[in-house]
Amino acid sequence: MSGMSKIVKTISNVTFPLIMIYGLYIIAHGHLTPGGGFQGGAVVASGCAMILVAYGSIWTMGKIKEKNLSVLESLGALFFIGIALFGLIFGAVFFNNFLADGGVIFGDHVISGSTAADFNTGGVLPLMNFAVGLKVIAGLFAIVLVMAYATTRSSGGGKE
Amino acid sequence: MTRRDTLAVVFFVVVAVFFVFSALMMRSFGPSADPNDTDYFNAPMDDYIIDNTQSEAGANNGVTSVVFDYRGFDTLGEATVLFTAVAAVVLVFRRLKK
Repeated sequence: MSGMSKIVKTISNVTFPLIMIYGLYIIAHGHLTPGGGFQGGAVVASGCAMILVAYGSIWTMGKIKEKNLSVLESLGALFFIGIALFGLIFGAVFFNNFLADGGVIFGDHVISGSTAADFNTGGVLPLMNFAVGLKVIAGLFAIVLVMAYATTRSSGGGKE
Repeated sequence: MTRRDTLAVVFFVVVAVFFVFSALMMRSFGPSADPNDTDYFNAPMDDYIIDNTQSEAGANNGVTSVVFDYRGFDTLGEATVLFTAVAAVVLVFRRLKK
């Protein structure tokens, strides 16, 4: 894949920020609305894959290496396990939600029943959503990028 | 069988017994065995999560609180699967590139 026409590139430029905003919104509001880290990460990774198709894998590989994406993915995984271990240290068990209802960060009290959404709730759930979102974005985009780049090289395409 | 193997078998049996007992101690969930039960989808597990997710996990989204709090080990397994997939794809296609 060595880039598509100027029309496709322009349309991709216009829609890319909107897709990013939508995906990051799904990740950030995972503890309030349907969705979460996996779903929002898949949306963001799909937007990145659209840029990859429009501009070609060689251009994209020049902008971001798959090594950096692997580092980001591992950071997400470490962040996720780290929060779970903090639950073991501060709470009683692995994956304890030690921040919920604590008043420190994401710790507002939630009244039971049908209430208005408060972003500052959920304890460790928003942090875990961010960790899993980072992991899914980097992981899925690394898979697509590496596959596209490798097939471009081996099939002799990519004149740019 | 070496001493290390014996230790591994003992550890495996202890962990397996622990998991089986914790599975037996869970609240019942899913549809009941009786097909004439009018209370078909009203299992104790669902009721507990719907009643307590806002006070225990502090989140309005019950699904997220189940995925990341009540059932966090499963999400850890999913993350491991994704990590393994990415590692395998990068490994295979890095060889192909050169």
